[in-house]
Amino acid sequence: MKTDTKPAIKVAILRFPGTNCEFDTQYAFGKLGHKTELVWHKEESLPADTDLVVVPGGFSYGDYLRSGSIARFSPIMKAVVAYAEKGGKVLGICNGFQILTEAGLLPGALKRNNNLHFISRYQHLKVVNNDNVFLNECREGEVLNIPIAHADGNYYIDDEGLEKLEKNGQILLRYSDEEGNRVVVNGSVTSIAGICNKRKNVFGLMPHPERAMESILGSEDGIKMLQGFAQ
Amino acid sequence: MKAIVNVYLKEGVLDPQGKAAHHALESMNFKGIEDVRIGKQIVIKLDTDNKEEAKKEVKEMCETLLANTVIEDYTIEIV
Repeated sequence: MKTDTKPAIKVAILRFPGTNCEFDTQYAFGKLGHKTELVWHKEESLPADTDLVVVPGGFSYGDYLRSGSIARFSPIMKAVVAYAEKGGKVLGICNGFQILTEAGLLPGALKRNNNLHFISRYQHLKVVNNDNVFLNECREGEVLNIPIAHADGNYYIDDEGLEKLEKNGQILLRYSDEEGNRVVVNGSVTSIAGICNKRKNVFGLMPHPERAMESILGSEDGIKMLQGFAQ
Repeated sequence: MKAIVNVYLKEGVLDPQGKAAHHALESMNFKGIEDVRIGKQIVIKLDTDNKEEAKKEVKEMCETLLANTVIEDYTIEIV
């Protein structure tokens, strides 16, 4: 691991009622040598020295109405939107991805999985684009093995929106087999697993890199994903 | 006064729950089903007598929270 060659950053990790991946996320960034701070959703501002905001996974507000739909109105989200508008980096993982699409920080929406199952397992992902601060440590075309755990990961965007994503290099990750061939996991449009905004400072993905930090637990591919943010 | 809001996935957006119910109904030998869409109904009690105002207010609620207009359509009925 080359974690010690990169400068430490300050990571603000949001907590909503029902968030449950905040400590895994904290562990993951801590392992990479970064400072972390948990931020309760009722706060109205982010820590002043924040370099990255992470909206972690879980079931904010019990997924009531739609996943992420209520969390986006929490006081802290105003600060997150303002932070992103100023060019600040924001990463949404799983429920965090859902919250960021609901908040309009990322295009598209996440629907119920096509097979209606909650899918929880390791899943191969192909890196589609690494020309961004998130995946710059990964090779384009590289296949990663990262856990997924979601019921609403079926990414939807209309044809026009999809074309824009393709054109701007906003599609970051697709579900694949071990060889990198596209596979259908949850019905998401062209097997999309992760995207970013046009400006490439807001990122969202359904898989959980923070759960892939230890080879003894199955995979440490999450390290090179999360490491990208330190530069 | 009450507002009855129905929220459905847009035409053209695959509705996995509707599809599952459709298959289940066919497996029970119900014939002639063309399509099944599953949505949700939200009933809001309002403290007003002004129907127009109520509708305007509820439309705002739909646009901001009750529906995700990227994937969903909604109808409003004031009763």
